[in-house]
Amino acid sequence: MTNRDQGSGVRGQSRKKWFVDSPAFPSGSVWFGAIVATLIALPLLHAQQSKPWEKIPTPKLHDFKPQQPKRIKLKNGIVVFLQEDHELPFISGSVMIPGGSRDETEPAKTGLLDLYGAAWRTSGTEKMDGDAMDDFLEARAAHIETGGDVDSTAVSWDSLKGDSDQVFALAMDLLFHPKFSEEKLQLAKEQMATGIVRRNDDEGEIAERESAKLVYGANGPYTRQPELATISAVTLADLEAWHDRTLKGKLIVGVSGDFDPVAMEAKVRAAFEGLPPVVALPARHDEFAGPKPGVYFIDKEDVNQSNVEIVGLGTDRRNPDVPALAVMNEILGGGFGSRLFQKVRTELGLAYEVGGGFGMQYDHPALFQAEVLTKSPSTVDATKAALAEIAGLNTKPFTEEELKRAKDSILNSFLFRYDTKDKVLDERERLEFYGYPADYLETYKAGLEKVTLADVTAVAKKYIHPDKLAVLVVGNGPEIKPGLDALDLGPVHPVDITIPMPGRPAGEAGTAEK
Amino acid sequence: MRSRAFSWIWKSWMMKSFLVPMLAVLSFAVAQGQDLKSFEQRTTTKVLPNGLTLIVCERPEAPVFSFSTFIDAGDVNDPSGESGLAHMFEHLAFKGTSEIGTKDYAAEKVALAKVEAANDAYEAEYLKQVGRDEKKLAELHKAFVEAQAEAEKYVIPNQFTEVADANGAHDLNAGTGLDETQFYWSMPENRLELWAWLESGRLSDTVPREFYKERDVVFEERRMRTDSNPIGRLYEQLVATAYVAHNYGRSGVGWPSELSQINATEAMAFHKKYYVGGDIVVAVVGDVKASEAMPMLEKYFSKVPGGPKPEDMTTVEPKQFAEKSVIIREQTQPFYVEGYHRPSYRNPDDAVYDAIQDIMSNGRVSRMYRSLVEQQQIAAEAAGFSPYPGDKYPSLFAFAAVPLPGHTPAQMREAIHKEIEKLKTADVTDAELQMYKTRARADLLRGLADNQGLANALSEYQTRYGDWRELFLQLDRVDKVTKADIRRVANQVFVASNRTSAEIDTETPAAAAKNDGGAK
Repeated sequence: MTNRDQGSGVRGQSRKKWFVDSPAFPSGSVWFGAIVATLIALPLLHAQQSKPWEKIPTPKLHDFKPQQPKRIKLKNGIVVFLQEDHELPFISGSVMIPGGSRDETEPAKTGLLDLYGAAWRTSGTEKMDGDAMDDFLEARAAHIETGGDVDSTAVSWDSLKGDSDQVFALAMDLLFHPKFSEEKLQLAKEQMATGIVRRNDDEGEIAERESAKLVYGANGPYTRQPELATISAVTLADLEAWHDRTLKGKLIVGVSGDFDPVAMEAKVRAAFEGLPPVVALPARHDEFAGPKPGVYFIDKEDVNQSNVEIVGLGTDRRNPDVPALAVMNEILGGGFGSRLFQKVRTELGLAYEVGGGFGMQYDHPALFQAEVLTKSPSTVDATKAALAEIAGLNTKPFTEEELKRAKDSILNSFLFRYDTKDKVLDERERLEFYGYPADYLETYKAGLEKVTLADVTAVAKKYIHPDKLAVLVVGNGPEIKPGLDALDLGPVHPVDITIPMPGRPAGEAGTAEK
Repeated sequence: MRSRAFSWIWKSWMMKSFLVPMLAVLSFAVAQGQDLKSFEQRTTTKVLPNGLTLIVCERPEAPVFSFSTFIDAGDVNDPSGESGLAHMFEHLAFKGTSEIGTKDYAAEKVALAKVEAANDAYEAEYLKQVGRDEKKLAELHKAFVEAQAEAEKYVIPNQFTEVADANGAHDLNAGTGLDETQFYWSMPENRLELWAWLESGRLSDTVPREFYKERDVVFEERRMRTDSNPIGRLYEQLVATAYVAHNYGRSGVGWPSELSQINATEAMAFHKKYYVGGDIVVAVVGDVKASEAMPMLEKYFSKVPGGPKPEDMTTVEPKQFAEKSVIIREQTQPFYVEGYHRPSYRNPDDAVYDAIQDIMSNGRVSRMYRSLVEQQQIAAEAAGFSPYPGDKYPSLFAFAAVPLPGHTPAQMREAIHKEIEKLKTADVTDAELQMYKTRARADLLRGLADNQGLANALSEYQTRYGDWRELFLQLDRVDKVTKADIRRVANQVFVASNRTSAEIDTETPAAAAKNDGGAK
């Protein structure tokens, strides 16, 4: 969500999707308001539902203690996780490096990080250039990839066990001795340029990108957007400087698969122990004012459906209210029983895609975001319905039934956060990266279990402020009837998404690329 | 998604699903297993008297299981005039049964019959070509809306999915392709019986609840995937042009006029015909003991009606003898795709097509990437893929490319044809062929450590080959592919008279104003 790269469409492979962890809205819960109302209207007309499924026994869950990876902290501060898994003959790994697009320092070179992530791997090393590396790896059904994200970059690898020594050595060569190539930088620029000129073709992509800008500001660390001019300004020296600077950071190394733990530890130590003590990036203190409330509109002539984004400022996971907020999210827009789903999709039939919640990131405020996709003529009706459900968090009292279903849904599926060894490893790396305690999930779960009706009511009151939200509509102007003024939220602000085209007078800039 | 080469070419329009995303593991690459023997020891198959096949694969890594219910019917089976029906039915399968989702089924059933009658009356008037009475139409519509409101009084909305959710269902969704309909989710293992109750219930006891509102929801899905998406629009035109007779040429989500008039009676008729035991395979993978689970599963899934597997369709796409093309002129960025008719997955050359796809498109070493992206630097992405849009019947082998700024679809076409010509005139290298075989094997292996992926693959292979072991045995065909096979197939299939191409030509606003817009 906060990842401006959603707009570029050409970003490199990034194994660690969770670094851009958009608010995870676990699924399911119910809105009982409608049912209660109907029951009152039709007293005693219906037989009591027998609920045969409640008679089906739920045996005790088989004992399960997720296998934790071995954590090794090297003297220089680098942290290594080793997760043995002998089910299949593969070994995979990654090195995460702090610092991502949000840490870029030159606005005139926005996009540097994406170019770095792409050109790093395709360039290759002194010993083996990127093309030779492709041949070597693909012949073995192996992979080495690099990628850049909003807060980190990474090298990752994976191969059959028998090839893993060679692949590991090659990955380390790429990590420590890349040789950035002008030709591959150029290739990355062209691919990125393709993404830039195409970024207004898909309305969902426009809605996501532009709504985040309303909250974080157009030029903020999470939203500034690469342009043709800014990517063309990036040089090989910029990539090298970025590499040298970030490689001094606190690297996190994770390896999983079918290996001998003693031998693997020795191998990883040999690769990383000789590095100098890590230099931590300065802590970030991202603060955002949130959107200027109101209605924003982007006209797109070739669609018959509006993308509506209702956005505000969310929170981060250090906030002690997170468990109660997660339960509130479940009730608002989590799954099938959520208020938004029940109202806008099931009851009104106005949307296929509808949902949302109060987002939470690990180390910076996320977005509050609710989204509805609806046919042009029902734009106002669907938006009003969604806004009413958001406002209803403060006016329609939560019921015990809602609370129970939301908690059951989150807690009974909690297991799927650590049901594979790879997920456990990912979680530990993530917590290490953001500086959270290793037992965070357990603490979080205990917090969820304790959430009461009063807690949910209190967080809704504290965090849900309908008057602070912005509404962005991307849609076909002439087809939207009634018009957006019928939302009664003040004047409609048009948003210009024209793509700046270098070398063209500003007046006609990019009109062809709209 | 390890190569960037697919972000535009493969987008979310590929498959319709109940909820938004669906990662189809359906074209599971084939190879030699971890080994087949270990899977045979852990996997139990049982065909019930009603014809339904149950597969249980034990993988007790964590106390969870995943399932896949695979119905051998999809939108290719939609009756004429009812495109989108199989997908509509998939949505209906989440609405509950006579036991869940209702306050009083007996009364609801009566109310639903009235909804159908009201819809029939309204439709009859609406469809009158001559003498339609608008006033009467408005009254009939009002009556239809009122009948729905009456029926809704008995509904407990989304109760089926809520019960699943509250019991820990994870990644709950379904997908409808042209060839099949699939339902799936994962759950804690102690909910196995609850799941069996829910799943067997919705297969055998579906109620056409809230049908007409769900039809509106599905229409929104069409708007999202196709109407409002330039590449979605283009692909719909590609297949509609490539096919003259077979249902693969129809819109899978449904043509707007047909989708908007599908009714619940038709959906239930589809259910009666296709949701019979012989058409259904249910696979369960995870922390489940077959010896304990099978009797219980048998009890529940025996409820599914038996009955013969429906007759197969008679239409066979005639041989194409003229090249066809579609040009969409609009203000979006250029795109090029072309397709060639190829046989179904049962053809002995199926693995040869896989080899061509792999050599042309898989990763940075692939011929199309190296040529169009790296060397000529005219495309951001280029790939060939097959089979599309389905695999059960003769389908297409497609090539697509995304031009870099300043380059045109015509250049993509020319460059693709050059690469195809090379396949026809010179053998692929030993290294290329070996790479395909190695990667096919490794990709199969990689999929085996995932409950949901395994359940999907087991249910699909059991349906398509009558034996899940084919997932492993197919490797024989992979290994037998020769360089001569590739050349032979390329020369047979990639010929101009067998080609349909589709492209987006970017139009400037001025030109658009002059000719009043391109295709919508």
